Amino acid sequence: MTATEILFWFLSALALFSALMVLISKNPVHSVLWLIVVFFAISGHYILLNAQFLAIVNLIVYAGAIMVLFLFVIMLMNLNNASEPQRNSLIKLAGVVAGCLLLMVMVSAVRSAGEISHSQATSDGGIGLIENLGTVLFTQYVVPFEISSVLFLSAMVGAVVIGKK
Amino acid sequence: MPIQYYIILAAAIFCIGVTGVLVRRNAIIIFMSIELMLNAVNLLLVAFSKMHYAVASAATKNMEVNTGTDAQLFVFFIMVVAAAEVSVGLAIIVMMYRNVRSIDVNFLNRLKN
Repeated sequence: MTATEILFWFLSALALFSALMVLISKNPVHSVLWLIVVFFAISGHYILLNAQFLAIVNLIVYAGAIMVLFLFVIMLMNLNNASEPQRNSLIKLAGVVAGCLLLMVMVSAVRSAGEISHSQATSDGGIGLIENLGTVLFTQYVVPFEISSVLFLSAMVGAVVIGKK
Repeated sequence: MPIQYYIILAAAIFCIGVTGVLVRRNAIIIFMSIELMLNAVNLLLVAFSKMHYAVASAATKNMEVNTGTDAQLFVFFIMVVAAAEVSVGLAIIVMMYRNVRSIDVNFLNRLKN
């Protein structure tokens, strides 16, 4: 077992475990903290795939900005004590069974797909580095980039308009 | 690593997110489950881009290949849209909390009758 494989299995187990803990924990603040662990694990996967730019952006945008926003909202509402009424257990069971069945369908579809059975996701090659991505972003994808800035502006205005009152 | 491992990992994270949306009643937890699903898809896109790169670089020897860059930029744009979505969604949840003093999604059944 090489170091890459050990890291892959460790990060996968960490991501799955913390994703489950997001659902299981009663306290919303704990859920947010577990979700941050999931994002760190996924960033580790990006680094293993040599997509370093996306790893850093994932950490900064998700674990840094979005999760802090979630924490702010939770603490603003003072939801720290678990006051959430539970769904009845039949609906819970139905939800869990539905999720497991969806996973089963996907896994069996992947196992029977012949096209991808010998493909590897390599970690070599520099396409995930910032130089290459920046060149393509600012030559071929300039228009979507500018449109996304307009999207941000409208989201900002929308959030302020909805939030005030 | 074989691409199937990444596909199954992303499918598992995605299904955990789906289960979270179905099981929990807290609007913020539901929102976080949606973020989980978005991240599973991002991971899958990056893995596929590297697979695509491996296939292309095996086909053309001794050449600079840029195959797969598009997928990673796609992930970048998904992150941009997700950030905008989170800001608006959290504003909506705050407004809902102000109106009903709760973030239980079962209070939002005014259209039911």
